[in-house]
Amino acid sequence: MSRHPHPRYEVVIGLEVHVHLKTESKLFSPAPVRYGDPPNHAVHPIDLGLPGVLPVLNARAVELGIRAGLATHCKVHTCSVFARKNYFYPDLPKGYQISQYEEPLATGGWIEIEGPDGEPLRIGLTRIHMEEDAGKSIHDAAVAGADDTHVDLNRAGVPLLEIVSEPDLRSPAEAAAYLRMLQRILRYVEVSDADMEKGQFRCDANVSLRPHGETRLGTRTELKNLNSFRFVEEALRAEIERQAALLDAGGRVQQCTLQYDPGRGTVRVMRVKENADDYRYFPDPDLIPLRIDEAEIERVRRALPELPEAKRARFQADYGLSAYDARLLAESRALADFFEAVTAALGGGAKAAKSAANWIQRDVLQALGARGIEIEASRLAPEALARLIQLVEEGRVTAANARPLVAELLEQGGDPEELVRARGLEAVSDTGALEAIADEVIAAHPEVAAQVRAGEDKGLNFLMGQIMKRTKGKASPAAARALLLRRLRGA
Amino acid sequence: MRFATASDLAAALAGGRVSAVELTDAALAAAERARALGAFVHLSPERARADAAASDARRARGDARGPLDGVPVALKDLIVDEGEPCTCASRILENFVAPYAGTAAARLRAAGAVVIGRTNMDEFAMGSSNEHSVYGPARNPWDPERTPGGSSGGSAAAVAAGVVPIALGSDTGGSIRQPAALCGVVGLKPTYGRVSRYGLVAFASSLDQIGPFARTAADCALVLEAIAGHDPRDSTSLPEPAPRLRAALSGDVSGLVIGLPREFFAAGGPAPAVAERVREAIAELERAGAKTREVSLPHAPYAIATYYLIATAEASSNLARYDGVRFGRRAEAATLGEMYRRTRSQGFGPEVKRRILLGTYVLSAGYYDAYYRKAQKARTLLRRDFEAAFAGCDVIAGPTTPETAFRLGERTEDPLRMYLSDVYTVSANLAGIPGISLPCGFADGLPVGLQLLGRPLDEATLLRVADAYQRRTDWHTKTPDPARWESAA
Repeated sequence: MSRHPHPRYEVVIGLEVHVHLKTESKLFSPAPVRYGDPPNHAVHPIDLGLPGVLPVLNARAVELGIRAGLATHCKVHTCSVFARKNYFYPDLPKGYQISQYEEPLATGGWIEIEGPDGEPLRIGLTRIHMEEDAGKSIHDAAVAGADDTHVDLNRAGVPLLEIVSEPDLRSPAEAAAYLRMLQRILRYVEVSDADMEKGQFRCDANVSLRPHGETRLGTRTELKNLNSFRFVEEALRAEIERQAALLDAGGRVQQCTLQYDPGRGTVRVMRVKENADDYRYFPDPDLIPLRIDEAEIERVRRALPELPEAKRARFQADYGLSAYDARLLAESRALADFFEAVTAALGGGAKAAKSAANWIQRDVLQALGARGIEIEASRLAPEALARLIQLVEEGRVTAANARPLVAELLEQGGDPEELVRARGLEAVSDTGALEAIADEVIAAHPEVAAQVRAGEDKGLNFLMGQIMKRTKGKASPAAARALLLRRLRGA
Repeated sequence: MRFATASDLAAALAGGRVSAVELTDAALAAAERARALGAFVHLSPERARADAAASDARRARGDARGPLDGVPVALKDLIVDEGEPCTCASRILENFVAPYAGTAAARLRAAGAVVIGRTNMDEFAMGSSNEHSVYGPARNPWDPERTPGGSSGGSAAAVAAGVVPIALGSDTGGSIRQPAALCGVVGLKPTYGRVSRYGLVAFASSLDQIGPFARTAADCALVLEAIAGHDPRDSTSLPEPAPRLRAALSGDVSGLVIGLPREFFAAGGPAPAVAERVREAIAELERAGAKTREVSLPHAPYAIATYYLIATAEASSNLARYDGVRFGRRAEAATLGEMYRRTRSQGFGPEVKRRILLGTYVLSAGYYDAYYRKAQKARTLLRRDFEAAFAGCDVIAGPTTPETAFRLGERTEDPLRMYLSDVYTVSANLAGIPGISLPCGFADGLPVGLQLLGRPLDEATLLRVADAYQRRTDWHTKTPDPARWESAA
């Protein structure tokens, strides 16, 4: 399959992602980073830009920035410089945003995504820099009245990373895959919760077209504030169509900023850029250059957790999982840890891993999905799931009876063995009790019994089903099958 | 007690000869009588009296906090003091009351000093004559028709007029030293980073520094000990703790080498009478055992140009926050853009606008390299000039200003000529080194200032030389005649 979705034009996409860092306090002030506070409550005089205040850099944010840089194979610089980006807007309290410009924290990295044929594609990262978020302007008439705008500065000063990709992406699908992988990595290394709905992971996309074979880049447009993975793909598709239609008609693409309207599935021009914006960047004289010694970078590197791709590869190699299973289980660090803990509790090895993988995929993920929660939020201990699996494998409870217990353990926690006992779900495998039931079933269905006796297996499952019905599913399927065969074929 | 030094007052307080309440009442009364000088823009009599009473109570219990406990002081109106107005002499901050504690004011209060009020200044510290103030000019106590200098004109005038023995100012290009020289008092600009800028309303962040006005170098030492030292709230604050300065005031300058930059005495330099007083002062230090040698600061001629590029660039950004959105004055308008335009057009005075325009231009795409980046390079060269000069001398001496106090109104229409008042002072800000101006005589009845510049963090040597000079001379004991302004009230 080709990487190119358009017959006539090569699509060139670069993404800029803004990520909230997972810190207690803001990038330059001691105010807390909290979501859902009443407006203008999570603020300090520094966030308000009061006369005479000064920024002090949050060391934790720097550590998270280094971590993000290393996790994406960037060069983390021992010296970077904060600069002021000057512009006026009511939710920008100082009249400038403290960002990094000429000397960012990290440059020259990459992340790997899966291409259309499942082959790995390396997407370059141009740079990662640190900056503070602005506040929020609320134009909603219900809040601010028809003519007014209200400003909430709770978000002002929240630490951000801006992660800029190279124009290496060739389709909306690749853009979405890149964003998913980036989000996964940032969550893995606990740099950010990267929740798009909370505005913790925001994406702008630059897109241009050029005829296949052309090496110069076409004129690009910028899609702003794409706040879900679906919108990213939809907006890019709409914009590619728009640009292609323009070019097909012999027209030219004008450099501009666009907004996606998810209701109509179309893009709308917000602003045409005549000239480059002049933000009058200059080094912030209130902050000294950020110096990070190599030893600190090494310390952070050593403390980095295993990254998603490495984990997936290890799951395949060590446990013999399929690529599909491995990818699914490596989706989040918590899920991967859960899987490995269950496997270990089952004694380790490929067989244990296969059981753990099956149960997690089939039952745990389904139960989590039905409740809309992540594994971290469940009360299911890995040891408990392992015990439940063992009970099934030992024939002490049937799989059919055990599976609904997963949801129960997920919500309430507890010991599966006790739960099985309390629910009266212990499998009936003692031959005495089963024999009587088997005889009843054979007697009740003489024709089917005769077929089985004659060597047809078709009826066997029916008779098994009847035994299950009469034991309310508690019969061990293996024991029931063995018993029927002995009775009817003398095997 | 009028015109007494803080050290004298400390002794009187310690000896029980006077109370803090009496000193505060006297200072408040003197401030009232000196209204015609325009030195103060706000007085806080009730809080000051309560603070003075608390100081007396501490002393009665034997808990006095040190030499500044009970001494009345004044703060320049851009030094944030929690609960007090802070207008920077600008319409745009009319009615603004600081809701948080700035470090310098808080430290001064923690030392027991009684803040009686806030002093006049050029708007946002932009000016050399204190004429760019929404409150009208401050006046020079030696001749109320003349400027006290700027931008900290009110602080200099308040000390010179004997209202308070100590006032804080800020110095971005000479705004402490120049008015100190023109008003015949001592003004110290510490090393950049020595005193926290947390709570100093920014004009040019890489140049601004808070420092004291006093009658003597010894009093400056008292104040600096109280307010200096690392502050975690200012990232540019130096790690060194507050220096012990009083012990350094030995009176001994024998063997000390004073560098005389040829550029500071060159043709077209200071007025002859000013140069004469400065040479006499240097001769006095030689008699005390100091040696002199000529040094060179080859890039000093570029200092004014460099300074006005960097300072305006930073100011254009620092003053963007005065937009009418969150605090201060707002002009109502139908659209956001119009609200900004009107608020800032009405709120800022002409000199502030001039510098915002200049600074915005300097930082603009296409001009940044030619102006801002080049100015930073020139700044580095100037800093190296000082390093080279200090390899061969301990302090550098010269005139603080080219001339004595000029008449009010004389230069308001000629900004470039006004800017040249700072020709000898801006270098210290660009290099980040400490500087002090001390009275060294008179020319036509107006004070002349001797400027001493020191190595980074070496305020001790600077103050030792200044103190030694003051032990041998009595210029700092000369006082203007209060009748000149009190009768005018």
